[in-house]
Parts: sequence; structure tokens; C-alpha cells
Amino acid sequence: MIRFDQVTKRWPDGTLAVDDVSLTAPTGQITVLVGPSGCGKTTLLRMVNRMVEPTSGDVYIDGQAVSNQSPAALRRGIGYVIQHAGLFPHRTVIDNVGTVPRLLGWDRRRIRDRSMELLERVGLGAELADRYPAQLSGGQQQRVGVARALAADPPVMLMDEPFSAVDPVVRGQLQEEFRRLQADLGTTIVFVTHDIDEAINLGHQVAVLRVGGQLAQVADPAYLLAHPVDDTVAAFLGRDRGYRALGFVASPRLPLRSEEVLLVGESVAEDASGWRLVVDEERRPLGWVEGGRVSGVVQIADLDLGGTLAPVDGSLRAALDAALSAPSGRGVIVDDEGILLGTVRAGEVLDAIAAAERPERGNA
Amino acid sequence: MIPTIWSWLTNPASWSGPDGIPTRLIEHLGYTLAVVAVAAAVAIPLGVWVGHSGRARWLVSLGNALRAVPTLGLLFAATLVIGPRLGGQLAFVVPSIAVLVLLAIPPLLAGAYAGVEAVDPAARDAARGVGMSGWQRIRQVELPCAMPLLLSGLRAAVLQVVATATIAAYVGLGGLGRYLIDGLAVGDYGQTGGGALLVATVALLVDGVLAVGLRGLISPGLRLRAGRA
Amino acid sequence: MDWLAQSYGQVLDLTWRHLILAGLPLLIGLAVALPLGYAAHRWRAAYAPLVTISGLLYTIPSLALFILMPLFIGTRILDPVNVVVAMTVYTVALLVRTVADGLDSVPEDVERAATAMGLGRIRTLLTVELPLAIPVIAAGLRVAAVSNVSIVSVASLIGVAQLGDLLTDGYNRVIMPELVTGIMACILLALALDSLILVLARMLTPWRRAREVVSA
Repeated sequence: MIRFDQVTKRWPDGTLAVDDVSLTAPTGQITVLVGPSGCGKTTLLRMVNRMVEPTSGDVYIDGQAVSNQSPAALRRGIGYVIQHAGLFPHRTVIDNVGTVPRLLGWDRRRIRDRSMELLERVGLGAELADRYPAQLSGGQQQRVGVARALAADPPVMLMDEPFSAVDPVVRGQLQEEFRRLQADLGTTIVFVTHDIDEAINLGHQVAVLRVGGQLAQVADPAYLLAHPVDDTVAAFLGRDRGYRALGFVASPRLPLRSEEVLLVGESVAEDASGWRLVVDEERRPLGWVEGGRVSGVVQIADLDLGGTLAPVDGSLRAALDAALSAPSGRGVIVDDEGILLGTVRAGEVLDAIAAAERPERGNA
Repeated sequence: MIPTIWSWLTNPASWSGPDGIPTRLIEHLGYTLAVVAVAAAVAIPLGVWVGHSGRARWLVSLGNALRAVPTLGLLFAATLVIGPRLGGQLAFVVPSIAVLVLLAIPPLLAGAYAGVEAVDPAARDAARGVGMSGWQRIRQVELPCAMPLLLSGLRAAVLQVVATATIAAYVGLGGLGRYLIDGLAVGDYGQTGGGALLVATVALLVDGVLAVGLRGLISPGLRLRAGRA
Repeated sequence: MDWLAQSYGQVLDLTWRHLILAGLPLLIGLAVALPLGYAAHRWRAAYAPLVTISGLLYTIPSLALFILMPLFIGTRILDPVNVVVAMTVYTVALLVRTVADGLDSVPEDVERAATAMGLGRIRTLLTVELPLAIPVIAAGLRVAAVSNVSIVSVASLIGVAQLGDLLTDGYNRVIMPELVTGIMACILLALALDSLILVLARMLTPWRRAREVVSA
């Protein structure tokens, strides 16, 4: 557990970067610090490993004040990932990953084994081990950055906008992988971003800061979306809050209808009308065809692919989106394996939403 | 003209004795090595420290301002001021060597400083963040990353010394410059031109050897990046 | 001071000669380096050879180059043309790389925007790329100017008249005021050329001043 206890940072020129913030980042969870530029989120993060010394107050890791520990030793025990990865350009990938173990004096064999294991863990092939950072894409560099931070198996990790310099598709992948990795390792993470969607997507707990370094609100993402504490937080959270909040409401048992399906390769009846769902041999949905528009054997190229699929144990947001996006108006619900269970209409999802309990957890 | 130079270069007398080409060449290279070693021992640590700490940047500006002072004037002034206080051979050698050291410092200082200064801020931040001490950051990150610029500063310093040592023959220093100065004094173009050819060749060879020899000190990772930009 | 009062006319004359010997090569050198630098910028394959050859030329010590010049251009050994040509060689050697790097420093999207608006290659170069490269080119030109002024004084060893004469004569006859005057005149000339280029570059790039004001 990381506890910020009434920390304040005033720069020598008088600017107040962090203003009397108290906050707890629970063990094994991701706490996201989010806010516009100039809100002091990075400054707050850097107090944890003493890259910034608070003007007053202190930070405690598992009850130990960081101000009592030597900066170098403290930092070797805390993973640190930054925006442009900050890889050492003169060292190979594997040497970058082994930086902290080497500082800790591990023997070479052990450093090498650990580094290779981590490369695999962050989804990089062994063939990249002896490349230099300049030979990697931005996304790969960022993965190496994460591997380097994890090298000495730190219980705590600090991440400062680690995914903001990569393109949106790669960012999405990195976020997903990172979430899984964190769940596996149970690392306590403090994560800084200016991107509220990233905060909502990754955080177990989200702390919104405002310009001037004040803590505006701390809550879990669902609560935050449902109950922003004031107008500035609401404005920062952005549009479609109600819809996005549905992403945190597990879908109850929806009244599924069975769907008459076509197997790919089957012929559409001459006189057919309306939309028919096309599935493969294992009943995995492939897309929709409209009767009358297509005649003869159904080809993959004939399919309308607009509809999204909602997992049966997914959120209400996914179910509603499936219904809204399907050309037939019938949302496709699948099981864990991606096999068709049935369809649901938007109206039915809305009824379920009306009946669902709104998030009341979290606190201000 | 070319025949005169050729006959001087091929005359066995030019190649023997205390005034022969091998002796002068060794003198010239000896001065260069000694001067650059002393200057580097002062300027490189200083430049790295200025780049690392961000303090005393005026030192680098001062070094650059020194380039406006004519080297010839500096040599003469040093010889006239320092020379008479020393006796014998020292009166000629010490002022020249001092000036050569002084002239070798600015490129070394600027190269070391600029090299450290140019290290990717994210890499420096990461070096602190993973828990490296100040010395470890210099040793493991800043110095290796500064190598390309630091070494071009070194090459510039070596060339500066090779060139200025030639001129310093006018105030009595040995080395290959003797042929140019003595030849000019007596109107012996064969000796002057031959000496000039030797000096030019030595400069090109020394620079070539350094360019190739120092490559090994630069991480391939840094060369890759330079290649991309 | 007495010495300076007596030799005022001589110092002015030598300063003028020095200015020509150092300044003329700056102008010729820039005129030669611009097309070469553009070639190095435009064709990647030309960059390495051009920059390498420039580097090699720059490597040759000044006194040696002055003396060897007649071999290449068929002049007499005391001819001031030797100095002008040698200094031009140094200037070109220094500026080819500077011009190429300066043009490289122009953001690619600016060049693309110019092309997209229908500007031809030559017009883009003259009205967009070169003006934007001025700060980098000017910085290189300043280095060349200061170094030229210092190197030209060496030419007094081969009997070409300029401020270096005050240095050699002051040394040979142990006239300290003459030596000091020579050094000071060289420094002042270097600073004057340096400032002149700085001012010209500022005048040619008014948009940079605007940015300074905004960021201040």
C-alpha cells in the first residue's frame, strides 16, 4: 500500500505543483492519477521514488516513509516506466532489461535468464534480445520499458504516461496486455495519464486532479462516471458518461431469443426477406445477410459485418452496443468460446438497465 | 616545382640525422600525443561534469570565445612573456606546449559537454528512476551516449594541435613544421613544399586512424540512431 | 599607445587586407557550398561522399595548404590568391555539411505543404527551405568567419600582408604594443564579422523574433 500523507510541492519559483494531497493506493491494484496538464500528477507520482521531494508531507510504502530510505536503494525496489520508454540507446534490449538486476549485483547467468523470461512475458520474441532500441518500433520499445521495470520483481510500479506516445491501435493492445500482466503479478501500481478513457479502462481506482495540484475526486471508475463531484470533474470525464458507465455494470440474465441461422455456404431461399445471421460450422457468428439482396450460395463477401458481439457475462454496455450495431436490430450474444447463444433487442437491454442497480460504491 | 619537392623528399639526407624526417615526425606526433593527453585529462572530465550537472556552462562559452584569438598571436605572446623566464631549450618548448594545450581544450570541452547534454532526457530520467547513483549514471549512461560527440571533439583537438604545432616551429618548436619554416626562411621550396606535403599527409592519416580506431568506443546502438536521422 | 598612434594608418590598411582575405572566401565559399549542400540534402547517396571530402579538406593544416596551393592553381608562392583560394576551400569544407544539415532541419511537413500548394522544386527551395535553413547556415557561417580571421593571420609566415604582419613583426622585433595590437585587431575583426552575420541572419528571419516575443 502506498499512502500519500498531506503532500505539498512548491517549486522554487513559487508555483504550487501539488497542494496538500492525501491518497492511498491499495496493494495489488492500479491507481490512476488523471488530470489536465499542469495538475501535478507526474510530480505526485515522482514523490513515491523520491525523484521529487515534497515540500511538506511524506509518502509511505507499506508504512515506511520513503524519506527515510536512500533514493538509489528505494528506486531499485520500485519499477519505473515513462512515456518514451527512456531505453538506453547504447545497450541492447536484453541489457536494458537487465539494468536493475545488474545494479543489484545478480550474477550474469541469472540476469540473462530473468531478462529472457521477461521479454517473453511482455510479448517480445527472443530474437529481439540482441537488437538495439533504435531497431524497435515505438510499441516494442514500450514493452521493453515495462520488462525493464519488472526485472527485479518490484512489489510497486510507477508508470508515467507509458502508452501515450504510441498509436491508438498499439495503445489498446498494450493496455489489454498490461491489465492482464498486472492481474497475474498483483503489483501495486500508480499510473499517470491525461487520457480519461485510459484511466477508466485501466484503473481500479481513479484519482482526478485539477490544475493547481488539488485532488478533486478519488473513486472507482463506475462511481466516478455516475457521480462526478463537481462540474470540472464532469467536464473532464467528457460526454456519454451514462453510456460509458454501463461498461461497469455486469449484464443480468437477458431474455435471449433463438435465432434462425444460415451456415456459410448454404443458399438463401429465393423468397426470403429480412436479415439472417450467418454462422460457421461451430455456430460462431460471422455476419448478417439480407434476404432478397443475396441469392444463391452465401459467400463471406456478402456479409454485413457491422454488428458487434457481446459476451453473455459481459457488461450491459456491450449488450446494448451489440443490439444497436446489428443491422437487424438484434444483438448477438455469445459464450466464452464465441459460440452463438441467442440475440437480444435494444428495448430488452434498456429494460435490464432500468432494473439494474446503479453503482454506489466508491467514495469521494 | 614538383621536381624540387620530389628531389628533397627522395634525398637520403632528408631522412637521416637529428634533422631527418623520421625524427621530426616522431617529435611532431610526440607533441601531439602529450598535448592532447594533458588537455583531455583536464577538459573531458570538466565537460562531462558541466553537461551532467548543468552548472558552469560559461566555461564552454569561454572556450568557444577563445577561438577568436589568433593562434599565431597567442604563440608569439606566450613565447615573449613566458620564454625569458625560462632558460635554454625550455624557453622555446614550454610556451608552445602551453599554448597547444590551451588550444586543444575548447574542442574537447565542447565535445564532452555537448555529448552529455544531448543524451535523451528520457534515458537520463530512466537512469535516475531505476536507482543509479550520480556516478553510475555518468559511467553507465551519459558517458557512453556522449561518445560520438566527445570523440569528434577529440579528433578536432588532435587536428588543431597537429596544425598549430606546425606553426609553432616559428617560435622554435621541433617537429615537421621546421621544414616549412626553415625552408621559407632560406627560400628552399623543395624543403618547404615537401614539409607541407608531409604535414598534410600526417594530418589526414592521423585523422583517418582516429576515425577508424575510435569507432569501437561507440555503441552500435548509437550509430544506428544517427543513421536513421 | 605611442606605437599605435604612429602606425594607425598601417593598422587600418592591414585590417582592410585581412578583411578581404577572410571575408571574400566567406562569400565565395557560401556561393559554392549552397549548391553542394543542397545536393547532399536532396540526394542521400551524395551526402556521405560530399561530407567526407569536405572533412578531409578541412583536415589539412593551414600553413601546409597555403604552401601547397601553387601546386594546384599554378600561382606564385607569395601570391595573396593562394590565401583566398585556401580560405575558400576551408569555408566550403565547413559549410557543405552545415547547408545540408540546415536544409535537413526544415520540417518535412512544411516542404510537403509547399509542394501541395503547387510550388515547384526551385521555388520551394528559394522561398521556403532556404529561408527556414538560415539560422543553421548562419551559425556555420559564424564559425567559419571567426576561424577564417584567425587562420588568415598565419599567412604572414608566407609573406602575404594582413594583420598577421603585426604579430610576426611584433614578435621578431619584440615590440609588445605591436603584437598586442595585432591580437586585439584580429579579435575585434572576428567579433565584427560574427556580429554582422548574426544581425543579417536576424533581419532575414523576422519570424524568429516574433516567436521569441511570444515565448518570453
